[in-house]
Amino acid sequence: MIENRPGLNLLAHLVLILGVAIVAMPVWIAFVASTHTATDFSSGTIPMWPGPHLIENYSRMLDSGLSTSGTPPVGMMMLNSLVMALMIAIGKIIISVLSAFAIVYFRFPLRNLAFWCIFITLMLPVEVRIVPTFQVVAGLGLLNSYAGLSIPLIASATATFLFRQVFLTIPDELTEAARIDGAGPMKFFRDILLPLSRTNIAALFVILFIYGWNQYLWPLLVTTDSSYYTIVAGIKRMADAVDGLPQWHLVMATAVMAMLPPVAVVIAMQKLFVKGLVETEK
Amino acid sequence: MKRTIFRNQLLPWLLLAPQLAITFIFFIWPAAQAVWQSFLREDAFGMKSTFVGMANYWRLLDSPEYLNSLQVTAVFAVSVTILSMGFSLLLAVAVDRMIRSAQTYTTLLVWPYAVAPAVAGILWWFIFNPTIGILPYLLDQVGYNWNHISDKGDAMLLVVIASAWKQISYNFLFFVAGLQSIPASLREAAAIDGAGPVKRFFTITLPLISPTTFFLLVVNIVYAMFDTFAVIDSTTEGGPAQATNIMVYKVYFDGFVGQNLGSSGAQSVILMLIVIALTVIQFRWVEKKVEY
Repeated sequence: MIENRPGLNLLAHLVLILGVAIVAMPVWIAFVASTHTATDFSSGTIPMWPGPHLIENYSRMLDSGLSTSGTPPVGMMMLNSLVMALMIAIGKIIISVLSAFAIVYFRFPLRNLAFWCIFITLMLPVEVRIVPTFQVVAGLGLLNSYAGLSIPLIASATATFLFRQVFLTIPDELTEAARIDGAGPMKFFRDILLPLSRTNIAALFVILFIYGWNQYLWPLLVTTDSSYYTIVAGIKRMADAVDGLPQWHLVMATAVMAMLPPVAVVIAMQKLFVKGLVETEK
Repeated sequence: MKRTIFRNQLLPWLLLAPQLAITFIFFIWPAAQAVWQSFLREDAFGMKSTFVGMANYWRLLDSPEYLNSLQVTAVFAVSVTILSMGFSLLLAVAVDRMIRSAQTYTTLLVWPYAVAPAVAGILWWFIFNPTIGILPYLLDQVGYNWNHISDKGDAMLLVVIASAWKQISYNFLFFVAGLQSIPASLREAAAIDGAGPVKRFFTITLPLISPTTFFLLVVNIVYAMFDTFAVIDSTTEGGPAQATNIMVYKVYFDGFVGQNLGSSGAQSVILMLIVIALTVIQFRWVEKKVEY
């Protein structure tokens, strides 16, 4: 602090409290709405404080879902989302750590070309090449499967670059020592590189889990069988179906449940999350 | 560059195989398909396609709908970027003054990052719902009749707010990091020379965080152009009357709903060129990271 200005400090606190309130408002309103019944909204606007129907609404959605919208129970969609998010996060980490190891610790023909092929994926977000990618996945018979949901999304230039940076900072002396002791490349990888990149892997996992859980367009396209719906994509189908009849309390209960796992991960692992966020942008 | 390396020749290819296979099958091959399709035109029944050269592109650039989409995308991206970055910078400057409570405020501000764009869209769609939403009710008290289902401006405002809200935590974290990297001695020197807080902000703080600002500018534009598909699809679906039909939404809509593969392919190629340009800008920034 440069000078003591109580007025400015007070203003800063006011700005922050107001900021937190604005940021939290949509979620508060969704939560409040999810604890009422449909008839509570008919009076005009939604109430400001939670009502008594919290457990009733949530357990109804978890167990049976909203059958009129053709979506399965929320519990099942959350399970699908969990499987997809874990497959994407773990898959991305495995293939990226392997390819970074190959690029940093080996010299082979066409090494640069391989590097550029990985780099180019940065410039091809799925939204941009959506139609042909869908055709490829359909041609491979991967529609309505966990493989179709996750495999097309697990190539990752960002993760490969991150591990490349990490490996480049590991001193050559370690590699030399390992080689003198007779360790082959895979033993070196397993016993030295992986333990040394443990925190980077954890930080990346937090970011990638959120990325995987929040996927929307891709699951929407590749799942037509409702038993593979994910919660983030399913909620839109639900909101569409209820637009006519006001079932907003149930849609908001689903929205709260869709937010809960990734938000819990961010709050519980805030340090790793910030580390992952900053590192993946380098 | 490593001095110590392993000499195997086959092993690196085996290690790279999964990454390269997925990249080829799901990234490079479809992208090449998009480029190829952009030069073709299918007949009305989708039975055969003929090579038409650049015709799909010329037709796009002639189409008022596409030009409208370009304009909508520009307005949308600039609004989201300015709103989200402005709000985040204000919060970051305020947190930078805090000593004991900084951590608490940060925790309370970072979690929207984890909310899916589709869910963010649904939340704001509900808040702005013309019949039961809380904000239209308040706006009605001051005499404004909010209706994002029929009013173009209201619809645009809705998707801008929902998209900017989601991005606040990201911008906030990077601004806080940028502010904390400014040496306190600089601000102290300015304070001794008699510069007040406002003057210090504009002559010292703002210029010194300009690398962060520039980086966030690129990231936010990329976000607004490509990652907001879910916000649009879960709320306005491009309407009313194309008012929120941003380019990524139009690629999807023309390809899947309109089944116009040639036009959708040409739009994909234009978008790829934009991403490539933005990625190059971003990487040049990383290389030339300004140091003080």
